[in-house]
Amino acid sequence: MEVLKLELKEKIIEQLNLEDVSIEEIGDNDPLFGDGLGLDSIDALELIVMLDKDYGIKLLDPKEGKKIFQSIEVMAAYITEHRTK
Amino acid sequence: MKNYIQSYCIIKNNTVRLNGQPNYTEKNNLGFSDFSKKLYKELNLSYSKFFKMDNLSKLAFLGAEYIFRDIETRADKNIAIVLSNRASSLDTDRKHQHSIQDKDSYYPSPAVFVYTLPNIAIGEISIKHQLKSENAFFIFDTFNPQFLSNYADILIEKNKVESVLCGWVDYDNDQYEGFMYLVSHKGKLKHTVKQLTNIYQNKE
Repeated sequence: MEVLKLELKEKIIEQLNLEDVSIEEIGDNDPLFGDGLGLDSIDALELIVMLDKDYGIKLLDPKEGKKIFQSIEVMAAYITEHRTK
Repeated sequence: MKNYIQSYCIIKNNTVRLNGQPNYTEKNNLGFSDFSKKLYKELNLSYSKFFKMDNLSKLAFLGAEYIFRDIETRADKNIAIVLSNRASSLDTDRKHQHSIQDKDSYYPSPAVFVYTLPNIAIGEISIKHQLKSENAFFIFDTFNPQFLSNYADILIEKNKVESVLCGWVDYDNDQYEGFMYLVSHKGKLKHTVKQLTNIYQNKE
C-alpha cells in the first residue's frame, strides 16, 4: 500500500503537471481538491482516465470520483480493492 | 482620435524583446517548454495553472504578462483581445489525435483535449486578468497587420473597448513566434500597418 501511495503521488504530480509540488508535500490524508492540492474538474477527469489506463478501473459514473479522489489514502485503498491490472 | 501601439513584446528564438529593447535572453538553446519555465520564473509568477497550459497558451499568456506589466495602469479592464496565427492549435491537436490513434489503447487526455482550439489561449489570458470583453482568434498564412489593425481600430472607434491586445502567436513542433502589442489612444508609436510590419520584422 505504501508503494502504491508513493506511485500515486508521482503520477499525480507528473500527469497533472503540478510543477511546483513535491512528493513530500502531499500528505496521505490531504484533500486533493479544494483547499488541498487545489485540483480542478479537468484534473478529476484526468484521474478517471488514469484509473482506467493504469489500473483497469472504469468509473462509469464520474460522481464516484468525488468519493474516491478524497485523498491519496482513499484512492490507494480503492485501487487495491478494485484494480484489474 | 488616433490609435497608438502602447506597448509591444516579441518572444522568439529564446529571447524576449519589450518595446524594441532586449528584455531577456536565454544563453542555453532551450526548447520552448524549458524556455517558458525560465520566463515564468523571470516574471516571478505564482500561477500554478500556467503549467497545465499547452505551449500555444503559454506563449500568448507570457506575451500578455509582459505587456500588462509594462503599461502604467492596470485598472483598465476594458481590453479586447484579438490574436492570430498560422498553425492554429495543431500542435495540441496532434497530441490529442495520437492519444486516440490506437483503438486498443484509447485514452484521450481531457487536459490535452481542452486546448484543441486556439482561442483557449485568449481564455487563459482573460481568466488571469479578469477580462470579459470582446475577443477573437484568426488564422492566416502569415502575420496580417492590415486585417488586425483594421479590426483593432474599429473596436476602439466604435467605443467597444478602450484598448486591444493584438498579436501573432504561432506554435508548432517547438517552433514558436510571439508578437503581441497593445493598441490604445496612449503611446508614441502610431498604429499603422507600416509600423506593425517594421516591428514584426524587428526593424523597430
